[in-house]
Amino acid sequence: MATLHSAPRFSAIEGLKDTLATALSAHLVEAGEEHGELSFTVERDSIEDVLRTLRDDFDYQQLMEIAGVDYPARAERFEVVYMLLSLTKNNRIMVKLAASEDTPVPTVTTLWPNANWLEREVFDMYGVLFAGHPDLRRILTDYGFEGHPFRKDFPLTGYTELRYSEDLKRVVYEPVELAQDLRQFDFMSPWEGANYVLPGDEKAATPPVDEPKTTESPKQTGAGKKTDAKAAEKVSKGAPAEDDSGKADAPPPEPTEDRPSRKPRKGKTTDTKAATQPKAKKAPTKKKPAAKKPAAKRATPKKKDADE
Amino acid sequence: MSMQLEQSPTTGDEVISNYTINFGPQHPAAHGVLRMVMELDGEIIERIDPHVGLLHRGTEKLIEHKTYLQALPYFDRLDYCSPLCQEHSYVLAIEKMLNIEVPIRAQYLRVLFAELTRISNHMLNIGAHVMDVGAMTPNLWVFELREDTLNFFERAAGARMHMAWFRPGGVHQDVPLKLLTDIGDWLDGRLPELFGDAMSLVLDNRIFKQRNVDIAVVSKEDAIAWGFSGPMIRAAGIPWDLRKSQPYDVYDRMHFDIPVGTNSDCYDRFVVRVKEVYESAKIIKQCLAEMPTGPIASDDRKVSPPKRGEMKQSMEALIHHFKLYTEGFHVPAGEVYVATESPKGEFGVYLVSDGSNKPYRCKIRPTAFSHLQAMDFMSKGHMLPDATAILGAIDVVFGECDR
Repeated sequence: MATLHSAPRFSAIEGLKDTLATALSAHLVEAGEEHGELSFTVERDSIEDVLRTLRDDFDYQQLMEIAGVDYPARAERFEVVYMLLSLTKNNRIMVKLAASEDTPVPTVTTLWPNANWLEREVFDMYGVLFAGHPDLRRILTDYGFEGHPFRKDFPLTGYTELRYSEDLKRVVYEPVELAQDLRQFDFMSPWEGANYVLPGDEKAATPPVDEPKTTESPKQTGAGKKTDAKAAEKVSKGAPAEDDSGKADAPPPEPTEDRPSRKPRKGKTTDTKAATQPKAKKAPTKKKPAAKKPAAKRATPKKKDADE
Repeated sequence: MSMQLEQSPTTGDEVISNYTINFGPQHPAAHGVLRMVMELDGEIIERIDPHVGLLHRGTEKLIEHKTYLQALPYFDRLDYCSPLCQEHSYVLAIEKMLNIEVPIRAQYLRVLFAELTRISNHMLNIGAHVMDVGAMTPNLWVFELREDTLNFFERAAGARMHMAWFRPGGVHQDVPLKLLTDIGDWLDGRLPELFGDAMSLVLDNRIFKQRNVDIAVVSKEDAIAWGFSGPMIRAAGIPWDLRKSQPYDVYDRMHFDIPVGTNSDCYDRFVVRVKEVYESAKIIKQCLAEMPTGPIASDDRKVSPPKRGEMKQSMEALIHHFKLYTEGFHVPAGEVYVATESPKGEFGVYLVSDGSNKPYRCKIRPTAFSHLQAMDFMSKGHMLPDATAILGAIDVVFGECDR
């Protein structure tokens, strides 16, 4: 595949993968290449030898990063990834190994002093142990923190939250209480191969029963005679709407057929707003003082009506 | 500062007591929330144990719960002094996994603004370093320049600090022509004048040299072994710059020099940064001169959303817009490690995708981690006030260190 992206381009060395694979063959599990980046999965116990070979014989002078990754489905759930950089060959490689909670990884602080904090971080976040590490303390999490927060089974919110207590005059730790659940949207489309049951679909899978329940006779309701009799009674005695007031019902509305149809709208414009509102807009500006008079005229006949 | 008296275990008959003091976590020269437990023999530093993580927010965990685009603004908040350079690593990592082409104008814009960010970052660090060792005025002057860069960011992206302007496939929106001409004027006028004035106060200053020359000398071998990068490794005399050696975007078209130090002390680190400002200015000028017109984001609608105007007119654009801002794009399974030259050193992103719309794992390689843990061996035998100069020359920001 042609390279279209503009990500950092370090020098690609011909046959490097095979060269390194042969050199590490005693410890190698798998050699891979992705997006032009080489990665070598090696046996856990030989990581120190592997990295020493790479540093001393293949000029990977710098250890830039140690990353932990958690794959809970695997037998050895953690992956520890070492990023190496060669300043002289201008090349990067990754070295990986698998580990679980109780299988310590040999430390590489013997090779690079900066592996110290990097390994502490992996320990802190994932709980991977590093055998021979001089000072394997937590590094990023709080003093007295429990658990390893970057594991996939550790909730995003954590277990405790802290606040300043006015009563105790100090910071107190409390279990997390969320006013609203975290929003986790599911974007999988059913037609893109999501394999879970949509809500309601679980009923479709229920097998049909041998004797379907029917209520053809009173007995089959299972309620009994007394209940049937009670069911005929009114719940409330005098519902007002149901009572007969004795008056005739309101007459039906007058027929509308004889009314003259509306006059065609004046003006040619299609814009309704302009056609319907021009007079109303002009009237208040021009005839403000006269505006009261028609209002008074209208008021008088109304009064008469009321008197009658 | 709490003080506690401690009996030194190494002394025989004489009782010489070492002090253990807390430097930080609330200390103006600690550049953030750094707590250093210092063991002092009088005023000589015997041992330093930096306690980091007081600003740990679990960014990497949060990113695992966000789509690729939603995770982008977290990168502004790592090293909040050079936000666009952090975004740069992240968007390049995504683009590498998707293998999409970025239009050439977008690449120029990214390089231009990454260098502007570098100037912005160095203005803060140079000012803070100078102030840590006792000078007040230069800091106020270079902050003026930092303010100018922030205004440029605001005009380009709408936000002064947390821009979220680099996007997978390009940049978010195009810049007005007036902004580019204003940046050009600024590079010709205000920047060299004001910065030159400020540095003329500092570089040959007797007190500044007394405080920095021959402080925390690190050999080339040590600099490599401790995983130094950026100005720290260049001050040690190693001309290593990812912009040159592993160019990304259009850095391979740019002509600039890599300043290196000779003595590998705090003064050299400072001067390397000062020189880098001028080199960045050179790069920006080239960008301004060469930048072509054209699109500013990839036309791959499965990654880069259509503009809002287009979305109002076209049904297809509306669907793309909706899908990209709700579900986001899916990245093919795989993993990459992409590192760029941030102003502080190598800022790397190790991205693992499981083929869904959210990163499976996003490990951020902070620059400060390897520099700060070298603090112990760099400060050993120096005086207590030198610790602030060493810390200032490391250029550490805790948003990035603690993540």
